Amino acid sequence: MTDALFVLEDGTHARGTSIGAPGTVFGEAVFNTGMTGYQEVLTDPSYRRQIVLMTAAHIGNYGMNAADAESDAIQVSGFVVRSAARRPSSWRAEASLVDALRDEGIVSIEGIDTRRITRHLRDRGAMRAALSTEVLDVDELVAQVLDSPGMEGQELASEVSTRAAYVVPPVGERTRRIALVDHGTKRSIARCLAELGAEVHVLPGSSSADDVLGVEPDGVLLSNGPGDPSTVATGIATTRELLGRVPVFGICLGSQLLGHALGARTHKLTFGHRGINQPVLRRSDGRVEITSHNHGFAVDPTTLGEQLDEHTFDTAHGRVSVSHVNLNDGVCEGLRAHDVPAFSVQYHPEAAPGPLDARHLFADFFDLIDAGSGGTN
Amino acid sequence: MPRRDDLSSVLVLGSGPIQIGQACEFDYSGTQACKVLREEGLRVVLVNSNPATIMTDPDFADATYVEPLTCASVAAIIERERPDALLATLGGQTALNLAIELSEAGVLDRFGVEVLGANLEAIRTAEDRLRFRDAMDEIGLESARSAYVRSEPEAQQAAKEYGFPVVLRPSFTLGGKGGGIAYTAEELTRMIRQGLADSPVHEVLIEESLLGWKEFELEVMRDRADNAVVVCSIENLDPMGVHTGDSITVAPAMTLSDPEYQRMRDASFAVLRRIGVETGGSNVQFAVDPKTGRQIVIEMNPRVSRSSALASKATGFPIAKIAARLAIGYTLDEIANDITRETRAAFEPSIDYVVVKIPRFTFEKFSGTDDTLTTRMKSVGEVMAIGATFTEAFNKAIRSLEEGRFGFGDRESEDIDDGTLEERLVRPTAERVDALDEALRRGWSVDRVHELTGIDPWFLDQLEQLVERRRQVEACGALDAVDDDLLWAAKADGFSDVQLARVLGTDEAAVRARRRASGIEPVFKTVDTCAAEFEAYTPYHYSTYAHEDEVRDSDRRKVLVLGSGPNRIGQGVEFDYCCVHAVLALRDAGYETIMVNCNPETVSTDYDTADRLYFEPLTLEDVLEVCRRERPDGVLVQLGGQTPLKLARDLEEAGVPIWGTSPDAIDAAEDRGRFAALMETLDVAMPPGGMATSVEEARGVADRIGYPVLVRPSYVLGGRAMQIVYDDTALEGYLREAAAANPRQPILIDRFLEGAIELDVDAVFDGTELFVGGVLEHIEEAGVHSGDSACTIPPFTLGRAQQRHVRDVTRGIAAGLGVRGLINVQFAVKDETLWCIEANPRASRTVPFTSKATGTPLAKVAARVMAGSSLADLRAEGMVPGLDMVDGPQTAHIAVKEAVLPFDRFPGVDTLLGPEMRSTGEVMGIDLDFGAAFAKSQVGTGSMVLPTSGTVFVSVANRDKRAIVFPVKRLVDLGFSLVATQGTAEVLQRASIPTAVVGKVSDGETDLIDQIESGAIDLVLNTPFGSRTRGDGYAIRQAAVGNGVPCITTLAGILAAVHGIEALRAGTGTVRTLQEYQSEFRDTVRRAIEMDGA
Ligand SMILES: Nc1ncnc2c1ncn2[C@@H]1O[C@H](COP(=O)(O)OP(=O)(O)O)[C@@H](O)[C@H]1O
Ligand SMILES: Nc1ncnc2c1ncn2[C@@H]1O[C@H](COP(=O)(O)OP(=O)(O)O)[C@@H](O)[C@H]1O
Ligand SMILES: [Mg+2]
Ligand SMILES: [Mg+2]
Repeated sequence: MTDALFVLEDGTHARGTSIGAPGTVFGEAVFNTGMTGYQEVLTDPSYRRQIVLMTAAHIGNYGMNAADAESDAIQVSGFVVRSAARRPSSWRAEASLVDALRDEGIVSIEGIDTRRITRHLRDRGAMRAALSTEVLDVDELVAQVLDSPGMEGQELASEVSTRAAYVVPPVGERTRRIALVDHGTKRSIARCLAELGAEVHVLPGSSSADDVLGVEPDGVLLSNGPGDPSTVATGIATTRELLGRVPVFGICLGSQLLGHALGARTHKLTFGHRGINQPVLRRSDGRVEITSHNHGFAVDPTTLGEQLDEHTFDTAHGRVSVSHVNLNDGVCEGLRAHDVPAFSVQYHPEAAPGPLDARHLFADFFDLIDAGSGGTN
Repeated sequence: MPRRDDLSSVLVLGSGPIQIGQACEFDYSGTQACKVLREEGLRVVLVNSNPATIMTDPDFADATYVEPLTCASVAAIIERERPDALLATLGGQTALNLAIELSEAGVLDRFGVEVLGANLEAIRTAEDRLRFRDAMDEIGLESARSAYVRSEPEAQQAAKEYGFPVVLRPSFTLGGKGGGIAYTAEELTRMIRQGLADSPVHEVLIEESLLGWKEFELEVMRDRADNAVVVCSIENLDPMGVHTGDSITVAPAMTLSDPEYQRMRDASFAVLRRIGVETGGSNVQFAVDPKTGRQIVIEMNPRVSRSSALASKATGFPIAKIAARLAIGYTLDEIANDITRETRAAFEPSIDYVVVKIPRFTFEKFSGTDDTLTTRMKSVGEVMAIGATFTEAFNKAIRSLEEGRFGFGDRESEDIDDGTLEERLVRPTAERVDALDEALRRGWSVDRVHELTGIDPWFLDQLEQLVERRRQVEACGALDAVDDDLLWAAKADGFSDVQLARVLGTDEAAVRARRRASGIEPVFKTVDTCAAEFEAYTPYHYSTYAHEDEVRDSDRRKVLVLGSGPNRIGQGVEFDYCCVHAVLALRDAGYETIMVNCNPETVSTDYDTADRLYFEPLTLEDVLEVCRRERPDGVLVQLGGQTPLKLARDLEEAGVPIWGTSPDAIDAAEDRGRFAALMETLDVAMPPGGMATSVEEARGVADRIGYPVLVRPSYVLGGRAMQIVYDDTALEGYLREAAAANPRQPILIDRFLEGAIELDVDAVFDGTELFVGGVLEHIEEAGVHSGDSACTIPPFTLGRAQQRHVRDVTRGIAAGLGVRGLINVQFAVKDETLWCIEANPRASRTVPFTSKATGTPLAKVAARVMAGSSLADLRAEGMVPGLDMVDGPQTAHIAVKEAVLPFDRFPGVDTLLGPEMRSTGEVMGIDLDFGAAFAKSQVGTGSMVLPTSGTVFVSVANRDKRAIVFPVKRLVDLGFSLVATQGTAEVLQRASIPTAVVGKVSDGETDLIDQIESGAIDLVLNTPFGSRTRGDGYAIRQAAVGNGVPCITTLAGILAAVHGIEALRAGTGTVRTLQEYQSEFRDTVRRAIEMDGA
């Protein structure tokens, strides 16, 4: 009954049933613990070159619909689940998960002991993997995995960034103009900004500071995106130049780019944070927000500069604090600059999928803008 | 924020007796709370009238009051204890209501007691449906439109506005009486008249119907820093209209897309904030329109609930424990997650398996009531199962129910016409799952079944996949034709060996052998709150067919305790109590303890009760798989009631070491033939009887032993379908209706010992010595099931000599059977003869009561004996007293156990007590004299509260007329006035007792019923007239129950009630802690022994 094979570079493997397209794909194996939101995960460009495993038992129950897509295509290179819905059921459903996977050519597998693989990745860390409906011999497929590239040092943002700039109109009357530098942005980031009345100019990730300032933005948002942040040279350079000249808000990869621009380094986490139940402690008032995460790298705050106090460091751009930390593992989840208008979070205030606890950050961004410019234009 | 330092003592309110809608989940939450508060160094004062609970063990609180949960008695306790604060959010609705009463009576202010968790304003807003609706409007959330109406036109008006059908909820009626759903204006006309009449305040809530919508529930926690998390989302398989408590529910929610779920999540937080739950757990229920996704808030409970117990077991996130910590000031981020250790309580569990809960019903015991599942809860218990997928969990849950089905579709197809089947799908009952199987078998499409049932197509598709899988297996024809892939797939779908065997025409053992041969065996995974993102340290496991086992090996001596499964009538929290005690005792004795159970409400399934917890069905297959993995040194089957007892023999045959009484000895007690033979040799009298497979035979037996006789089918346990029969016609009637006797299923006929005193004896036997924990004397005569009758310790009429005789006979039986551990023997004493009714080689329902009344932990003692200790050893350890109550001094206090019956939930059912058990729970009244203790036990039931003045209605059977005179005279002396029916009145008047006469209902006189309904009658004394139960008496008892008037139906009960009323009038009652009663008794015994010694 099994006609598909999933292997990790260390030889761990599992056989299951193909539920997507035929073929062989390679990528970094990662697990996501969200119990809802598989469609948002599949279409999130940050999952580029990753084979995503869902820990939830049943995937595809409510089908797929245009409204929940975070980009115009499924982005993951492979998809691993325990049980895929045979019959979706929801008034919102427009297509079934398995049809979508097949139609978009995504190699996918079901009937896997996903918990076993998850425990393995948790203990050994994210690693290279392959999923195939063609190569069903373990050793052969593992050999191919070992020839495939790892995530570290991979520049993927440019693959998924928009080539041409475009504008997302505000919902209702325009209150601000925001430049969204696209390193693989999720649609809902622009949507959240537009809903607050922003006219959003989505610019290619390759944009220079002048390109960005060219649209005369009230603020600049650095988007999420895939791959190793240290390789996104232009993005980092552009950000460095923008600092102090316009309010900057970074999300996920955008947060890591801000970190680099401030002079810090990023490091790879053992298996990363991918899920929608991550507790983040806001240091300013000790409140905890349950947030949506998708990151394998994080800023190492100790590399920001000389440590001034427990959470504040002296950087080339003045004082910068770690504003948020993950309650589970203490990972740095947010930065706030005190001497230039800039802040960032490593997680996803736009959620999609996940809790809306941190949505207010978009309004906070606008407050930061207003504080500086003393009003809108 | 750290814990508040201004608190030093907290009063915790329990939830009282087990009732429908309020079961042992509150023992679980209350016990957790007590543990936590004491860990935090607070003095815990506990009040709970339910002796069968773990929380009322003296070790769980500093001061334990087993007293009625009434304003008066709790006020007295507060005055005595002066606690700083009151924690009422862990004791169910009972505790919440009591908290409100206490504050309204000014008690809380007077003694400066602060209410923790939800404040009173919050409780009121959540409880009052209209206030709640307004609150929801304020925060922009939709709730069902509704209006209170006081007349038919108003009702029709409302219905026009909302459109039919509409839901009727009469105010302040019991059992949802007069409530229901009206589909047409005509129906509404009829129902509203009834509803208004039934409502004491002539008011009915008319509510927009959401029938057929999807129902969801979120379990939410909030702390005082306003951090809020959702612990678990639950989706009901049954649509709106079937009470959540009666619905099959699934966690996590299966059919909500992320945006819909997040909207619901935010809404639930908004509700908590608006209602004003400052800290703790709450649940919020939603209805969702399957066509538009429109979300409506149904209700919220500002307290932990049955579903939070379910959510805790389903996720591993201990809601009650954390609620208690939040209540004393901590915030979620300060509380560690004990399962992962490194993470905190401020997060939302993610689960990588599926949990299914299925309720268990007992309609067969309540003939005459409507078995439709509606907006009022009717189930008496529930099971939970965990599986890697919905199908696996669902099948495991079905076999956990112990209702003869070993999986979905484990049944013969029925030849009913499609029309009938459609009706069964449209009208939900306890059998709806069978109807679903039948329809899918017939190839009805998922859409058609969805149309008829409103069940979401996703669930139906899953069930259809099970039907298909069964067909594939069936198609193989024989076991050896089933290949490994298919066998694996079937097992992964949760098919049991039994069901596969039936499908393939072979037996369970063969299927198991076949599986093992191909290495098709389950692995055990861990419930860890986080979908494996972090390492888990608590060994809380479930079985599944997958490729990695997570159980950590251990080389300690292991003992496995089998639990009692779902609560049902006849087997409830008492047995969980015994299991937990066994675990605690053996843990202290240095064993590694392993618990197996499938009831989510219980303390035994709390992951920190036993060293290892397996949340599994209690079937041979599932238990054997756990044993295969754990290889326990011993397995205890005596503590979980009949459930594990039934497995004993097969487990032993499979090579599992059973500790304590051997399976053969168990069989000797359970098998009537063998047991009778043993009694013969011990020459212990047993009621003469016989078996019959036909009407003729039955008559024959009856003639031989003489009427009245007690008849019951041989194939049902728990006193089911038992009846007392007075003559041939009645006998034939019984055979026709209740139990068509046939060669395969004979009926048992025993001489019925009329007017006999019934005794229960709970004892432990170690092979040489017998320790009698207690001789319990029943208040009602034999003929009222031991579980339904009140009883006392010490016995109130039995002399020492008789007690010695009882002990000697019990010892003889224990030795004769070869008991090691607990034994319960039921006797009937009639004209100086001691008749043995039955012996149960296991823990009995009364073990917790006996233990609390006497201070000797019988279940712990028994567990140690099963593990090899002798009573002498345990006496040396101080666990067993030097003298039992038969030789030694008796307790200075008297403890009365009273049964709590669910009649208010089942309108139409006759309330007469009989040999068939129908009570759901029990309360204990304890005091220094019988009257006061009895009165407390009645108050504790909530429904039998004795009046201290007013009017008593008396109508008794002829045989009771003489005996009734004196007690009734006493009532008159106490200032009661009397109303009686002609016959009774004449007898009383002859004794010159002033009595008003009312006409017989059967003569068309409604005067009496009117008086009862108008509240003019405060107490009904009515003993049945022979077998004519459906006559006047029936109407009177219905009226009494329907209007909450206490109704006593036995002479003995009447006599006891008079004592009780006297005590209430004299106000002799006192409040003291169990600790005080017990230590006092211990001292008395010690002194007595010293005297002997000296
Ligand atoms: N307006 C309604 N239409 C149809 N069913 C309803 C409606 N309101 C409640 N119900 C059903 O009745 C059950 C009990 O209602 P609920 O308000 O939760 O009362 P309770 O306090 O008994 O839980 C719910 O679980 C739901 O299935
Ligand atoms: N021969 C009898 N005479 C009088 N009462 C009896 C007799 N046998 C049973 N009973 C009554 O029926 C009740 C239930 O009978 P029992 O044999 O104990 O069944 P169960 O297995 O349900 O406990 C007893 O508690 C007792 O009150
Ligand atoms: Mg409810
Ligand atoms: Mg009995």
